[in-house]
Amino acid sequence: MHCPKCRGVMRTYTRSGVHIEQCDSCRGIFLDYGELEALGQMESQYRAAPPPPAAAPSWGAPAAQVHHHHHGAHRPHHGGVFHMLFST
Amino acid sequence: MPAGWLTGPVQTVPQLFGRLAEIGRGSAGAPAEPETLYDRHGVLVVRVGDVVVKAHQPDREYGAALAARIRLAAGLPHLLLAPSGPPLDVDGRTVTVTPYGDPVDPAADLPWEEGGRLLAELHACPVPPDAPPWGRPGRVARLVARLGGGAAETEIRRAFATLPPWIRGEAEEPPGPRRVIHGDWHLGQMVRTADGWRLLDIEDLGAGDPAWDLARPAALHLGGVLHAGEWSRFAGAYTAAGGPIGRDLWGALDVPARSLAIQIAATCVISARGEDRPLDGPEQAMIDTCSRISRTGAA
Repeated sequence: MHCPKCRGVMRTYTRSGVHIEQCDSCRGIFLDYGELEALGQMESQYRAAPPPPAAAPSWGAPAAQVHHHHHGAHRPHHGGVFHMLFST
Repeated sequence: MPAGWLTGPVQTVPQLFGRLAEIGRGSAGAPAEPETLYDRHGVLVVRVGDVVVKAHQPDREYGAALAARIRLAAGLPHLLLAPSGPPLDVDGRTVTVTPYGDPVDPAADLPWEEGGRLLAELHACPVPPDAPPWGRPGRVARLVARLGGGAAETEIRRAFATLPPWIRGEAEEPPGPRRVIHGDWHLGQMVRTADGWRLLDIEDLGAGDPAWDLARPAALHLGGVLHAGEWSRFAGAYTAAGGPIGRDLWGALDVPARSLAIQIAATCVISARGEDRPLDGPEQAMIDTCSRISRTGAA
């Protein structure tokens, strides 16, 4: 098949089940009937697919108020935190 | 110690220690000195070499449900360290014998990933038709009922009022996700055996909403006392191991984490008042968490 615009050679590629013809000379792309719709459908599925993960509850501590016992390197938990982590 | 000393009501515990030690000697692989691992709130745990003998809380109903929990745990030896047989009756006390495992060293790197993975695998197990329901979150209502007067106590009670009626003990648990869950998970419930890390303590094991197993670290993270990195290690390992609470982790965790935050705050206040001392920084942070829960409103 030859390019309808520049008469170059068209090459066939398959991407995600959609066949496209691309001209080796001018890089123009030729879509068969229904293929533009198929691409559009895949795009909208891609955009709709992942719902955003739920945010942490609003009653969580603001980062600035965090009462960590350790900063940076590893330090054991002690005092109240120890009981909270290690007992019922 | 002369036998004559072991008389009168205060010697109940030494007598019980003797009975548990005797059971331990009968079950241990090799002779060893009996050693008390835990002795609080009416629970006595005695180690004899490679076995641990536990006298459970005297004021709890065990019966058929505990036997069913032991059977459930025995079927999951790659996840749970189960008692070696059905519960024993020792002078009216419920006693179980379990193989010994090394507890978590609080000074070392904490096994957050192993905890997340074990829980994810537990939650993925098929629920046997005869599985008992999990131990239900009745503890928070019992603890809040014990609180006296005071500013911290008022904050805790206000937060408690935001919980759904079934957690406050005023309604039946509504139908929800049903998985095999541990029911009372924290780092004290992890032990290391020759075969790897295992979950310990099957008293609340049963069918229920898996979010409750993640609720304590979630509550501590939201309370600002557990570093975000530690929470991420735990939650990330849970998700990576196929834990069934997927993308809507926080949606599933809101109510269980609120309950645990309130329960932990109540435990801290009862402990501080009992020892006649002020609340420490992390304990006060959990009271502040209760204030934020009240401001958020009903769950």
